[in-house]
Amino acid sequence: MANNHKIFYRFCVVILFILTLIALLPLVLIMMASITDEDTLLANGYAFIPAKFSTAAYLYLIKQHSTILRAYGISFAVTGIGTFLSVLFTTMIAYPMSAKNFKYRNMLTFFVFFTMLFNGGVVPSYLLWSSTLHIKDTLWALILPNYLVTAFNVILVKNYYSTNVPDALLESARIDGANEIVIFFKIMLPLAVPVVATIGLFTALVYWNDWINGLYYISNPNYYGIQNLLIRLMDNIQFLKSGAAGSSLGALSVKLPGTAVRMAMAVTGILPIVITYPFLQKYFIRGVVIGAVKG
Amino acid sequence: MGNKKNIPSWQFLFLALPGIVYLIVNNYIPMLGIFLAFKDFNFSKGIFGSAWCGFDNFKFLFKTSDAILMTRNTILYNLAFIVLGTILAIFVAILMSELGASLKLKFFQSSLLLPNLLSWVVIAYICFAFLNSESGFINKTINRWLQIESVSWYTEKQAWPGILIFVFLWKNAGYTSIVYLASISGIDKSVYEAADIDGASKLRQIFSITLPLLKPTVIIMTLMAVGRIFFSDFGLFYQVPMDSGALYSVTQTIDTYVYRGLMKLNDVGMSAAAGLFQSVVGFVVVMLANGIVRKTDSDNALF
Repeated sequence: MANNHKIFYRFCVVILFILTLIALLPLVLIMMASITDEDTLLANGYAFIPAKFSTAAYLYLIKQHSTILRAYGISFAVTGIGTFLSVLFTTMIAYPMSAKNFKYRNMLTFFVFFTMLFNGGVVPSYLLWSSTLHIKDTLWALILPNYLVTAFNVILVKNYYSTNVPDALLESARIDGANEIVIFFKIMLPLAVPVVATIGLFTALVYWNDWINGLYYISNPNYYGIQNLLIRLMDNIQFLKSGAAGSSLGALSVKLPGTAVRMAMAVTGILPIVITYPFLQKYFIRGVVIGAVKG
Repeated sequence: MGNKKNIPSWQFLFLALPGIVYLIVNNYIPMLGIFLAFKDFNFSKGIFGSAWCGFDNFKFLFKTSDAILMTRNTILYNLAFIVLGTILAIFVAILMSELGASLKLKFFQSSLLLPNLLSWVVIAYICFAFLNSESGFINKTINRWLQIESVSWYTEKQAWPGILIFVFLWKNAGYTSIVYLASISGIDKSVYEAADIDGASKLRQIFSITLPLLKPTVIIMTLMAVGRIFFSDFGLFYQVPMDSGALYSVTQTIDTYVYRGLMKLNDVGMSAAAGLFQSVVGFVVVMLANGIVRKTDSDNALF
Protein backbone atom coordinates (compact mmCIF):
# COMPACT_ATOMS: atom_id res chain seq x y z
CA MET A 1 0.00 0.00 0.00
CA ALA A 2 2.60 2.53 1.09
CA ASN A 3 4.70 1.51 -1.88
CA ASN A 4 1.78 2.06 -4.22
CA HIS A 5 1.40 5.60 -2.87
CA LYS A 6 5.07 6.32 -3.30
CA ILE A 7 5.01 5.27 -6.94
CA PHE A 8 1.96 7.41 -7.60
CA TYR A 9 3.59 10.37 -5.85
CA ARG A 10 6.69 10.04 -8.04
CA PHE A 11 4.52 9.77 -11.13
CA CYS A 12 2.80 13.06 -10.17
CA VAL A 13 6.08 14.86 -9.64
CA VAL A 14 7.52 13.66 -12.95
CA ILE A 15 4.45 14.66 -14.98
CA LEU A 16 4.24 18.06 -13.26
CA PHE A 17 7.92 18.59 -13.94
CA ILE A 18 7.37 17.92 -17.65
CA LEU A 19 4.39 20.29 -17.73
CA THR A 20 6.46 22.95 -15.98
CA LEU A 21 9.14 22.60 -18.65
CA ILE A 22 6.48 23.08 -21.33
CA ALA A 23 5.23 26.19 -19.51
CA LEU A 24 8.63 27.78 -19.01
CA LEU A 25 10.84 26.69 -21.92
CA PRO A 26 9.19 29.01 -24.48
CA LEU A 27 10.19 31.92 -22.24
CA VAL A 28 13.73 30.56 -22.01
CA LEU A 29 13.84 30.35 -25.81
CA ILE A 30 13.16 34.05 -26.34
CA MET A 31 15.58 34.97 -23.57
CA MET A 32 18.33 32.90 -25.19
CA ALA A 33 17.48 34.31 -28.63
CA SER A 34 17.90 37.82 -27.29
CA ILE A 35 21.51 37.07 -26.33
CA THR A 36 22.37 35.18 -29.52
CA ASP A 37 24.64 36.59 -32.18
CA GLU A 38 22.53 37.80 -35.11
CA ASP A 39 24.36 35.81 -37.82
CA THR A 40 24.15 32.64 -35.74
CA LEU A 41 20.45 33.29 -35.24
CA LEU A 42 19.86 33.61 -38.96
CA ALA A 43 21.94 30.55 -39.84
CA ASN A 44 20.86 28.14 -37.10
CA GLY A 45 17.53 29.56 -36.11
CA TYR A 46 16.36 30.14 -32.54
CA ALA A 47 18.04 27.73 -30.17
CA PHE A 48 18.07 27.03 -26.45
CA ILE A 49 21.85 26.88 -26.39
CA PRO A 50 23.20 29.36 -28.92
CA ALA A 51 26.44 28.56 -30.74
CA LYS A 52 27.57 32.13 -30.29
CA PHE A 53 26.46 34.62 -27.65
CA SER A 54 26.21 38.34 -28.21
CA THR A 55 24.98 41.31 -26.26
CA ALA A 56 24.56 43.36 -29.44
CA ALA A 57 20.77 43.38 -29.19
CA TYR A 58 20.77 44.88 -25.69
CA LEU A 59 23.52 47.34 -26.58
CA TYR A 60 21.37 48.41 -29.50
CA LEU A 61 18.36 48.87 -27.21
CA ILE A 62 20.47 50.97 -24.85
CA LYS A 63 21.56 53.12 -27.78
CA GLN A 64 17.92 53.60 -28.79
CA HIS A 65 16.85 54.12 -25.19
CA SER A 66 14.75 57.23 -25.75
CA THR A 67 11.94 55.40 -27.59
CA ILE A 68 12.02 52.50 -25.14
CA LEU A 69 12.19 54.57 -21.97
CA ARG A 70 9.34 56.66 -23.23
CA ALA A 71 7.17 53.57 -23.84
CA TYR A 72 8.16 52.23 -20.42
CA GLY A 73 7.18 55.55 -18.87
CA ILE A 74 3.79 55.48 -20.58
CA SER A 75 3.16 51.89 -19.46
CA PHE A 76 4.14 52.66 -15.86
CA ALA A 77 2.06 55.84 -15.77
CA VAL A 78 -1.00 54.11 -17.23
CA THR A 79 -0.62 51.15 -14.87
CA GLY A 80 -0.13 53.39 -11.83
CA ILE A 81 -2.90 55.91 -12.51
CA GLY A 82 -5.29 53.26 -13.84
CA THR A 83 -4.85 50.94 -10.88
CA PHE A 84 -5.13 53.75 -8.32
CA LEU A 85 -8.35 55.15 -9.77
CA SER A 86 -9.77 51.70 -10.37
CA VAL A 87 -9.25 50.59 -6.78
CA LEU A 88 -10.59 53.87 -5.38
CA PHE A 89 -13.76 53.97 -7.50
CA THR A 90 -14.38 50.24 -7.10
CA THR A 91 -14.25 50.30 -3.30
CA MET A 92 -16.26 53.53 -3.20
CA ILE A 93 -19.17 52.08 -5.16
CA ALA A 94 -18.93 48.70 -3.38
CA TYR A 95 -19.52 50.17 0.09
CA PRO A 96 -23.04 51.55 -0.57
CA MET A 97 -23.92 48.24 -2.25
CA SER A 98 -23.05 46.43 0.98
CA ALA A 99 -24.60 48.98 3.36
CA LYS A 100 -27.87 47.61 4.75
CA ASN A 101 -29.20 51.07 5.54
CA PHE A 102 -28.80 52.47 2.04
CA LYS A 103 -32.26 52.74 0.52
CA TYR A 104 -31.23 52.18 -3.11
CA ARG A 105 -28.71 49.42 -2.59
CA ASN A 106 -30.61 46.79 -4.58
CA MET A 107 -31.11 49.18 -7.43
CA LEU A 108 -27.42 50.07 -7.42
CA THR A 109 -26.41 46.40 -7.29
CA PHE A 110 -28.58 45.62 -10.30
CA PHE A 111 -27.18 48.64 -12.13
CA VAL A 112 -23.65 47.32 -11.67
CA PHE A 113 -24.53 43.69 -12.22
CA PHE A 114 -26.41 44.19 -15.48
CA THR A 115 -23.20 45.29 -17.20
CA MET A 116 -21.98 41.69 -16.83
CA LEU A 117 -24.92 40.35 -18.78
CA PHE A 118 -25.21 42.69 -21.72
CA ASN A 119 -22.93 45.04 -23.55
CA GLY A 120 -23.38 47.31 -26.51
CA GLY A 121 -20.38 45.93 -28.33
CA VAL A 122 -17.20 47.47 -29.62
CA VAL A 123 -18.63 49.75 -32.32
CA PRO A 124 -20.83 52.07 -30.24
CA SER A 125 -18.22 52.36 -27.50
CA TYR A 126 -15.46 53.08 -30.01
CA LEU A 127 -17.52 55.87 -31.58
CA LEU A 128 -18.43 57.28 -28.16
CA TRP A 129 -14.86 57.41 -26.86
CA SER A 130 -13.32 58.59 -30.10
CA SER A 131 -15.78 60.94 -31.80
CA THR A 132 -17.86 62.21 -28.88
CA LEU A 133 -15.37 62.26 -26.00
CA HIS A 134 -12.26 62.79 -28.17
CA ILE A 135 -9.85 60.74 -26.12
CA LYS A 136 -7.82 59.53 -29.10
CA ASP A 137 -4.08 60.07 -28.71
CA THR A 138 -4.20 61.06 -25.05
CA LEU A 139 -3.05 59.18 -21.97
CA TRP A 140 -6.72 58.83 -20.97
CA ALA A 141 -7.34 56.61 -24.01
CA LEU A 142 -5.14 54.01 -22.37
CA ILE A 143 -6.77 54.35 -18.94
CA LEU A 144 -10.49 54.97 -19.31
CA PRO A 145 -12.04 52.53 -21.81
CA ASN A 146 -13.01 49.06 -20.60
CA TYR A 147 -11.05 48.44 -17.42
CA LEU A 148 -11.51 51.20 -14.85
CA VAL A 149 -14.56 49.93 -12.96
CA THR A 150 -15.69 46.39 -13.73
CA ALA A 151 -18.73 44.68 -12.26
CA PHE A 152 -16.59 41.65 -11.46
CA ASN A 153 -14.25 43.62 -9.15
CA VAL A 154 -17.06 45.65 -7.59
CA ILE A 155 -18.97 42.50 -6.65
CA LEU A 156 -15.80 40.94 -5.25
CA VAL A 157 -15.29 43.91 -2.91
CA LYS A 158 -18.98 44.14 -2.06
CA ASN A 159 -19.03 40.47 -1.00
CA TYR A 160 -15.89 41.04 1.02
CA TYR A 161 -17.54 43.93 2.86
CA SER A 162 -20.76 42.00 3.44
CA THR A 163 -19.02 39.02 5.00
CA ASN A 164 -16.08 40.60 6.82
CA VAL A 165 -17.26 43.88 8.31
CA PRO A 166 -19.51 43.58 11.37
CA ASP A 167 -22.50 45.95 11.38
CA ALA A 168 -21.80 46.82 15.02
CA LEU A 169 -18.55 48.50 14.01
CA LEU A 170 -20.33 50.81 11.58
CA GLU A 171 -23.18 51.47 14.00
CA SER A 172 -20.82 52.60 16.73
CA ALA A 173 -19.02 54.91 14.30
CA ARG A 174 -22.38 56.41 13.32
CA ILE A 175 -23.32 56.92 16.95
CA ASP A 176 -20.03 58.77 17.37
CA GLY A 177 -21.26 61.10 14.68
CA ALA A 178 -19.24 59.95 11.68
CA ASN A 179 -20.92 60.37 8.33
CA GLU A 180 -20.75 57.69 5.61
CA ILE A 181 -17.99 59.40 3.70
CA VAL A 182 -15.78 59.53 6.77
CA ILE A 183 -16.71 55.93 7.59
CA PHE A 184 -15.65 54.86 4.13
CA PHE A 185 -12.24 56.51 4.23
CA LYS A 186 -11.49 55.85 7.90
CA ILE A 187 -12.94 52.35 8.31
CA MET A 188 -14.03 50.64 5.12
CA LEU A 189 -11.02 51.46 2.94
CA PRO A 190 -8.42 50.33 5.51
CA LEU A 191 -10.42 47.17 6.22
CA ALA A 192 -10.48 46.31 2.54
CA VAL A 193 -6.69 45.99 2.25
CA PRO A 194 -6.65 42.22 1.55
CA VAL A 195 -9.22 42.41 -1.22
CA VAL A 196 -7.75 45.66 -2.53
CA ALA A 197 -4.38 43.92 -2.82
CA THR A 198 -6.01 41.23 -4.93
CA ILE A 199 -7.99 43.41 -7.32
CA GLY A 200 -5.16 45.95 -7.44
CA LEU A 201 -2.67 43.30 -8.49
CA PHE A 202 -4.89 41.94 -11.24
CA THR A 203 -5.90 45.40 -12.44
CA ALA A 204 -2.26 46.44 -12.62
CA LEU A 205 -1.55 43.36 -14.70
CA VAL A 206 -4.46 44.17 -17.02
CA TYR A 207 -3.15 47.71 -17.59
CA TRP A 208 0.45 46.61 -18.06
CA ASN A 209 -0.55 43.93 -20.58
CA ASP A 210 -3.19 45.93 -22.41
CA TRP A 211 -2.63 46.68 -26.08
CA ILE A 212 -6.24 46.78 -27.26
CA ASN A 213 -6.96 50.34 -26.13
CA GLY A 214 -3.73 51.37 -27.83
CA LEU A 215 -4.76 49.57 -31.00
CA TYR A 216 -8.10 51.39 -31.15
CA TYR A 217 -7.28 54.80 -29.80
CA ILE A 218 -3.58 55.56 -30.29
CA SER A 219 -2.05 56.52 -33.62
CA ASN A 220 0.59 58.94 -32.31
CA PRO A 221 3.72 56.86 -31.48
CA ASN A 222 4.48 59.24 -28.59
CA TYR A 223 1.69 57.52 -26.67
CA TYR A 224 2.79 53.96 -27.32
CA GLY A 225 3.16 51.90 -24.18
CA ILE A 226 5.47 48.91 -24.17
CA GLN A 227 2.87 46.53 -25.68
CA ASN A 228 1.99 48.77 -28.58
CA LEU A 229 5.66 49.45 -29.22
CA LEU A 230 6.13 45.67 -29.44
CA ILE A 231 3.30 45.40 -31.97
CA ARG A 232 4.88 48.14 -34.03
CA LEU A 233 8.33 46.53 -33.88
CA MET A 234 6.98 43.25 -35.17
CA ASP A 235 5.92 45.03 -38.37
CA ASN A 236 8.89 47.31 -38.61
CA ILE A 237 12.08 46.94 -36.66
CA GLN A 238 13.41 50.21 -38.08
CA PHE A 239 10.77 51.96 -36.02
CA LEU A 240 13.15 52.11 -33.07
CA LYS A 241 15.32 54.41 -35.15
CA SER A 242 12.85 56.24 -37.33
CA GLY A 243 10.22 56.47 -34.62
CA ALA A 244 9.23 59.31 -32.39
CA ALA A 245 12.61 60.29 -31.11
CA GLY A 246 15.24 58.83 -33.41
CA SER A 247 16.82 60.48 -36.42
CA SER A 248 15.82 58.65 -39.56
CA LEU A 249 18.89 59.46 -41.61
CA GLY A 250 21.65 56.87 -41.60
CA ALA A 251 19.40 54.24 -40.06
CA LEU A 252 19.99 51.88 -42.95
CA SER A 253 23.75 52.20 -43.02
CA VAL A 254 24.14 50.45 -39.67
CA LYS A 255 23.53 46.73 -39.74
CA LEU A 256 20.58 46.05 -37.53
CA PRO A 257 20.46 42.87 -35.39
CA GLY A 258 16.72 42.78 -36.13
CA THR A 259 15.77 39.31 -34.98
CA ALA A 260 17.64 39.40 -31.71
CA VAL A 261 16.49 42.98 -31.03
CA ARG A 262 12.86 41.92 -31.36
CA MET A 263 13.34 39.20 -28.80
CA ALA A 264 15.30 41.51 -26.53
CA MET A 265 12.37 43.94 -26.65
CA ALA A 266 9.93 41.17 -25.76
CA VAL A 267 12.15 40.25 -22.80
CA THR A 268 12.25 43.91 -21.79
CA GLY A 269 8.44 43.96 -21.91
CA ILE A 270 8.01 41.04 -19.51
CA LEU A 271 10.87 42.06 -17.23
CA PRO A 272 8.74 43.83 -14.59
CA ILE A 273 6.47 40.78 -14.36
CA VAL A 274 9.32 38.27 -14.16
CA ILE A 275 11.16 40.33 -11.53
CA THR A 276 8.19 40.88 -9.22
CA TYR A 277 6.59 37.47 -9.74
CA PRO A 278 8.57 35.53 -7.10
CA PHE A 279 7.38 38.02 -4.46
CA LEU A 280 3.81 38.29 -5.71
CA GLN A 281 3.02 34.74 -6.81
CA LYS A 282 1.20 33.79 -3.63
CA TYR A 283 -1.12 36.79 -3.97
CA PHE A 284 -1.78 35.90 -7.58
CA ILE A 285 -2.67 32.33 -6.65
CA ARG A 286 -4.89 33.52 -3.78
CA GLY A 287 -6.54 35.98 -6.16
CA VAL A 288 -7.37 33.28 -8.70
CA VAL A 289 -9.13 31.27 -5.98
CA ILE A 290 -11.07 34.26 -4.60
CA GLY A 291 -12.13 35.32 -8.09
CA ALA A 292 -13.36 31.88 -9.04
CA VAL A 293 -15.25 31.15 -5.84
CA LYS A 294 -17.52 34.13 -6.16
CA GLY A 295 -17.27 36.31 -9.20
CA MET B 1 -31.95 49.03 11.64
CA GLY B 2 -33.88 51.50 13.79
CA ASN B 3 -31.98 54.50 12.51
CA LYS B 4 -32.50 53.62 8.85
CA LYS B 5 -34.19 56.93 8.07
CA ASN B 6 -31.47 58.99 9.75
CA ILE B 7 -28.84 58.23 7.17
CA PRO B 8 -29.19 60.46 4.19
CA SER B 9 -28.81 58.60 0.91
CA TRP B 10 -26.78 61.43 -0.58
CA GLN B 11 -23.68 60.38 1.33
CA PHE B 12 -23.87 56.91 -0.19
CA LEU B 13 -24.70 58.32 -3.59
CA PHE B 14 -21.72 60.64 -3.34
CA LEU B 15 -19.44 57.65 -2.77
CA ALA B 16 -21.00 55.67 -5.61
CA LEU B 17 -21.00 58.62 -8.01
CA PRO B 18 -17.65 58.10 -9.82
CA GLY B 19 -18.47 54.45 -10.39
CA ILE B 20 -22.00 55.23 -11.58
CA VAL B 21 -20.81 57.90 -14.00
CA TYR B 22 -18.13 55.58 -15.34
CA LEU B 23 -20.52 52.67 -15.92
CA ILE B 24 -23.00 54.99 -17.64
CA VAL B 25 -20.32 56.20 -20.04
CA ASN B 26 -18.43 52.96 -20.53
CA ASN B 27 -21.34 50.51 -20.51
CA TYR B 28 -24.84 52.01 -20.66
CA ILE B 29 -24.47 54.65 -23.38
CA PRO B 30 -22.89 52.07 -25.75
CA MET B 31 -25.90 49.82 -25.04
CA LEU B 32 -28.11 52.59 -26.38
CA GLY B 33 -25.77 52.81 -29.35
CA ILE B 34 -26.91 49.46 -30.66
CA PHE B 35 -29.19 51.36 -33.03
CA LEU B 36 -26.06 51.92 -35.15
CA ALA B 37 -26.57 48.39 -36.46
CA PHE B 38 -29.71 49.65 -38.17
CA LYS B 39 -28.03 52.63 -39.83
CA ASP B 40 -26.12 53.07 -43.05
CA PHE B 41 -23.29 54.72 -41.17
CA ASN B 42 -21.26 57.38 -42.87
CA PHE B 43 -18.43 59.14 -41.03
CA SER B 44 -19.11 62.49 -42.71
CA LYS B 45 -22.78 62.44 -41.71
CA GLY B 46 -22.11 61.28 -38.16
CA ILE B 47 -24.05 59.07 -35.80
CA PHE B 48 -27.35 60.90 -36.01
CA GLY B 49 -27.05 62.18 -39.58
CA SER B 50 -26.62 58.78 -41.17
CA ALA B 51 -29.69 57.27 -42.80
CA TRP B 52 -31.67 54.38 -41.31
CA CYS B 53 -31.50 51.17 -43.29
CA GLY B 54 -33.60 48.74 -41.29
CA PHE B 55 -32.19 45.23 -41.28
CA ASP B 56 -30.04 45.76 -44.38
CA ASN B 57 -26.76 45.38 -42.48
CA PHE B 58 -27.91 42.05 -41.09
CA LYS B 59 -29.16 40.90 -44.49
CA PHE B 60 -25.79 41.67 -46.07
CA LEU B 61 -23.91 40.12 -43.19
CA PHE B 62 -25.76 36.83 -43.29
CA LYS B 63 -25.73 36.66 -47.09
CA THR B 64 -21.94 36.41 -47.05
CA SER B 65 -20.12 33.32 -45.93
CA ASP B 66 -18.35 35.50 -43.31
CA ALA B 67 -21.18 35.29 -40.80
CA ILE B 68 -21.37 31.51 -40.78
CA LEU B 69 -17.60 31.17 -40.80
CA MET B 70 -16.91 33.47 -37.86
CA THR B 71 -19.80 32.09 -35.81
CA ARG B 72 -18.69 28.53 -36.51
CA ASN B 73 -15.08 29.32 -35.58
CA THR B 74 -16.08 31.13 -32.39
CA ILE B 75 -18.30 28.31 -31.17
CA LEU B 76 -16.08 25.39 -32.20
CA TYR B 77 -12.93 26.88 -30.66
CA ASN B 78 -14.80 27.63 -27.45
CA LEU B 79 -16.12 24.07 -27.30
CA ALA B 80 -12.61 22.70 -27.78
CA PHE B 81 -11.29 25.06 -25.09
CA ILE B 82 -14.03 24.05 -22.66
CA VAL B 83 -13.62 20.30 -23.14
CA LEU B 84 -9.82 20.07 -23.39
CA GLY B 85 -9.23 22.90 -20.93
CA THR B 86 -11.37 21.25 -18.27
CA ILE B 87 -9.78 17.83 -18.73
CA LEU B 88 -6.23 19.19 -18.60
CA ALA B 89 -6.95 21.46 -15.61
CA ILE B 90 -8.52 18.65 -13.59
CA PHE B 91 -5.63 16.34 -14.50
CA VAL B 92 -3.09 18.92 -13.31
CA ALA B 93 -5.12 19.69 -10.17
CA ILE B 94 -5.24 16.00 -9.22
CA LEU B 95 -1.48 15.67 -9.70
CA MET B 96 -0.95 18.76 -7.56
CA SER B 97 -3.29 17.60 -4.82
CA GLU B 98 -0.95 14.64 -4.27
CA LEU B 99 1.87 16.96 -3.28
CA GLY B 100 0.10 18.40 -0.25
CA ALA B 101 1.02 21.89 0.94
CA SER B 102 4.70 21.74 0.07
CA LEU B 103 7.38 23.85 -1.50
CA LYS B 104 7.15 21.62 -4.58
CA LEU B 105 3.49 22.48 -4.99
CA LYS B 106 4.24 26.20 -4.80
CA PHE B 107 6.96 25.86 -7.42
CA PHE B 108 4.79 23.92 -9.88
CA GLN B 109 1.78 26.13 -9.29
CA SER B 110 3.57 29.40 -9.85
CA SER B 111 5.46 28.06 -12.87
CA LEU B 112 2.27 26.88 -14.54
CA LEU B 113 0.51 30.18 -13.76
CA LEU B 114 3.26 32.33 -15.27
CA PRO B 115 2.13 32.05 -18.94
CA ASN B 116 -1.24 33.41 -17.81
CA LEU B 117 0.38 36.68 -16.79
CA LEU B 118 1.87 37.44 -20.21
CA SER B 119 0.17 39.67 -22.74
CA TRP B 120 -0.98 38.27 -26.09
CA VAL B 121 1.57 40.51 -27.75
CA VAL B 122 4.44 38.83 -25.93
CA ILE B 123 2.89 35.42 -26.57
CA ALA B 124 2.72 36.28 -30.27
CA TYR B 125 6.46 36.99 -30.12
CA ILE B 126 7.08 33.64 -28.44
CA CYS B 127 5.01 31.85 -31.09
CA PHE B 128 6.96 33.72 -33.76
CA ALA B 129 10.20 32.37 -32.30
CA PHE B 130 8.84 28.86 -32.81
CA LEU B 131 6.89 29.23 -36.05
CA ASN B 132 8.73 31.79 -38.16
CA SER B 133 9.60 30.03 -41.43
CA GLU B 134 13.21 31.20 -41.89
CA SER B 135 14.65 30.87 -38.40
CA GLY B 136 11.87 29.46 -36.19
CA PHE B 137 12.72 26.75 -33.69
CA ILE B 138 10.33 24.24 -35.25
CA ASN B 139 11.60 24.54 -38.82
CA LYS B 140 15.27 24.97 -37.97
CA THR B 141 15.61 22.48 -35.15
CA ILE B 142 12.73 20.06 -34.77
CA ASN B 143 11.98 19.58 -38.47
CA ARG B 144 15.69 19.28 -39.20
CA TRP B 145 16.03 16.49 -36.65
CA LEU B 146 13.00 14.72 -38.01
CA GLN B 147 14.22 15.46 -41.54
CA ILE B 148 10.91 17.07 -42.49
CA GLU B 149 10.68 19.93 -44.98
CA SER B 150 10.28 23.43 -43.57
CA VAL B 151 6.71 24.60 -43.28
CA SER B 152 5.52 28.13 -43.87
CA TRP B 153 3.41 28.14 -40.70
CA TYR B 154 1.77 31.53 -41.08
CA THR B 155 0.10 30.45 -44.34
CA GLU B 156 -0.56 26.82 -43.40
CA LYS B 157 -4.26 26.74 -42.58
CA GLN B 158 -4.58 23.13 -41.42
CA ALA B 159 -2.09 23.63 -38.62
CA TRP B 160 -3.85 26.52 -36.91
CA PRO B 161 -6.75 24.92 -35.08
CA GLY B 162 -4.14 22.78 -33.33
CA ILE B 163 -1.77 25.69 -32.72
CA LEU B 164 -4.49 27.94 -31.30
CA ILE B 165 -5.82 25.23 -29.02
CA PHE B 166 -2.30 24.47 -27.79
CA VAL B 167 -1.53 28.14 -27.13
CA PHE B 168 -4.82 28.56 -25.29
CA LEU B 169 -4.11 25.57 -23.07
CA TRP B 170 -0.53 26.72 -22.50
CA LYS B 171 -1.75 30.09 -21.28
CA ASN B 172 -4.79 29.00 -19.27
CA ALA B 173 -4.31 25.49 -17.87
CA GLY B 174 -2.34 26.72 -14.84
CA TYR B 175 -5.01 29.26 -13.96
CA THR B 176 -7.94 26.86 -14.18
CA SER B 177 -6.10 24.09 -12.35
CA ILE B 178 -5.73 26.40 -9.32
CA VAL B 179 -9.51 26.69 -9.18
CA TYR B 180 -9.96 22.91 -9.32
CA LEU B 181 -7.20 22.34 -6.78
CA ALA B 182 -9.02 24.65 -4.35
CA SER B 183 -12.09 22.52 -4.85
CA ILE B 184 -10.17 19.25 -4.30
CA SER B 185 -8.61 20.67 -1.11
CA GLY B 186 -12.13 21.17 0.20
CA ILE B 187 -12.84 17.43 0.09
CA ASP B 188 -12.90 15.79 3.53
CA LYS B 189 -9.59 13.90 4.03
CA SER B 190 -11.23 11.16 6.08
CA VAL B 191 -13.01 9.90 2.95
CA TYR B 192 -9.62 9.07 1.42
CA GLU B 193 -8.38 7.53 4.68
CA ALA B 194 -11.40 5.25 4.77
CA ALA B 195 -10.76 4.27 1.14
CA ASP B 196 -7.14 3.49 2.01
CA ILE B 197 -8.22 1.18 4.80
CA ASP B 198 -10.57 -0.56 2.39
CA GLY B 199 -7.59 -1.10 0.10
CA ALA B 200 -8.74 1.14 -2.76
CA SER B 201 -5.92 2.01 -5.17
CA LYS B 202 -5.01 5.63 -5.93
CA LEU B 203 -6.57 5.41 -9.37
CA ARG B 204 -9.70 3.92 -7.88
CA GLN B 205 -9.89 6.78 -5.34
CA ILE B 206 -9.59 9.38 -8.11
CA PHE B 207 -12.42 7.87 -10.14
CA SER B 208 -14.69 7.02 -7.21
CA ILE B 209 -14.08 9.96 -4.87
CA THR B 210 -12.30 12.96 -6.40
CA LEU B 211 -14.04 13.15 -9.77
CA PRO B 212 -17.60 12.64 -8.48
CA LEU B 213 -17.03 15.27 -5.78
CA LEU B 214 -15.62 17.70 -8.35
CA LYS B 215 -18.76 17.45 -10.46
CA PRO B 216 -20.50 20.57 -9.06
CA THR B 217 -17.40 22.72 -9.72
CA VAL B 218 -17.07 21.30 -13.24
CA ILE B 219 -20.72 22.04 -13.97
CA ILE B 220 -20.48 25.63 -12.72
CA MET B 221 -17.21 26.37 -14.51
CA THR B 222 -18.51 24.84 -17.73
CA LEU B 223 -21.79 26.71 -17.67
CA MET B 224 -19.96 29.98 -17.03
CA ALA B 225 -17.78 29.25 -20.05
CA VAL B 226 -20.78 28.24 -22.15
CA GLY B 227 -22.34 31.59 -21.27
CA ARG B 228 -19.42 33.23 -23.12
CA ILE B 229 -19.47 30.89 -26.08
CA PHE B 230 -20.15 33.69 -28.58
CA PHE B 231 -17.19 35.71 -27.32
CA SER B 232 -13.59 34.98 -28.15
CA ASP B 233 -10.26 36.15 -26.86
CA PHE B 234 -9.36 38.84 -29.40
CA GLY B 235 -5.62 38.60 -28.68
CA LEU B 236 -5.44 34.86 -29.29
CA PHE B 237 -7.11 35.10 -32.68
CA TYR B 238 -5.62 38.41 -33.82
CA GLN B 239 -2.07 38.63 -32.38
CA VAL B 240 -0.97 35.00 -32.35
CA PRO B 241 -1.69 34.38 -36.08
CA MET B 242 -0.03 37.78 -36.81
CA ASP B 243 -3.17 38.97 -38.60
CA SER B 244 -2.22 36.68 -41.50
CA GLY B 245 -4.81 36.94 -44.27
CA ALA B 246 -4.15 33.41 -45.52
CA LEU B 247 -5.41 32.08 -42.18
CA TYR B 248 -8.67 34.02 -41.87
CA SER B 249 -10.86 31.02 -42.64
CA VAL B 250 -9.61 29.27 -39.48
CA THR B 251 -8.79 32.30 -37.29
CA GLN B 252 -11.69 34.69 -37.94
CA THR B 253 -14.01 34.96 -34.94
CA ILE B 254 -16.81 37.43 -34.28
CA ASP B 255 -14.44 39.66 -32.31
CA THR B 256 -11.76 39.82 -35.01
CA TYR B 257 -14.43 40.42 -37.65
CA VAL B 258 -15.85 43.37 -35.70
CA TYR B 259 -12.36 44.84 -35.27
CA ARG B 260 -11.41 44.44 -38.93
CA GLY B 261 -14.75 45.80 -40.12
CA LEU B 262 -14.50 48.85 -37.90
CA MET B 263 -10.81 49.74 -38.02
CA LYS B 264 -9.52 48.31 -41.31
CA LEU B 265 -12.50 48.38 -43.68
CA ASN B 266 -14.41 51.28 -42.13
CA ASP B 267 -17.59 49.30 -42.54
CA VAL B 268 -19.25 50.54 -39.38
CA GLY B 269 -22.74 49.25 -40.18
CA MET B 270 -21.71 45.63 -40.78
CA SER B 271 -19.38 45.70 -37.83
CA ALA B 272 -22.13 47.03 -35.57
CA ALA B 273 -24.52 44.39 -36.88
CA ALA B 274 -22.04 41.60 -36.08
CA GLY B 275 -21.44 43.13 -32.64
CA LEU B 276 -25.16 43.37 -31.90
CA PHE B 277 -25.69 39.80 -33.07
CA GLN B 278 -22.96 38.74 -30.63
CA SER B 279 -24.37 40.78 -27.73
CA VAL B 280 -27.95 39.60 -28.15
CA VAL B 281 -27.19 35.93 -28.70
CA GLY B 282 -24.59 36.13 -25.93
CA PHE B 283 -27.19 37.61 -23.57
CA VAL B 284 -29.67 34.84 -24.34
CA VAL B 285 -27.01 32.16 -23.76
CA VAL B 286 -25.91 33.72 -20.44
CA MET B 287 -29.51 33.79 -19.23
CA LEU B 288 -30.05 30.17 -20.26
CA ALA B 289 -26.78 29.02 -18.66
CA ASN B 290 -27.60 30.85 -15.45
CA GLY B 291 -31.10 29.40 -15.44
CA ILE B 292 -29.60 25.92 -15.58
CA VAL B 293 -27.09 26.68 -12.80
CA ARG B 294 -29.87 28.04 -10.61
CA LYS B 295 -31.87 24.84 -11.09
CA THR B 296 -28.93 22.55 -10.23
CA ASP B 297 -27.22 24.59 -7.54
CA SER B 298 -28.70 27.95 -6.67
CA ASP B 299 -25.73 28.99 -4.47
CA ASN B 300 -23.49 29.14 -7.47
CA ALA B 301 -25.88 30.92 -9.83
CA LEU B 302 -24.78 34.39 -10.89
CA PHE B 303 -28.18 35.73 -9.87
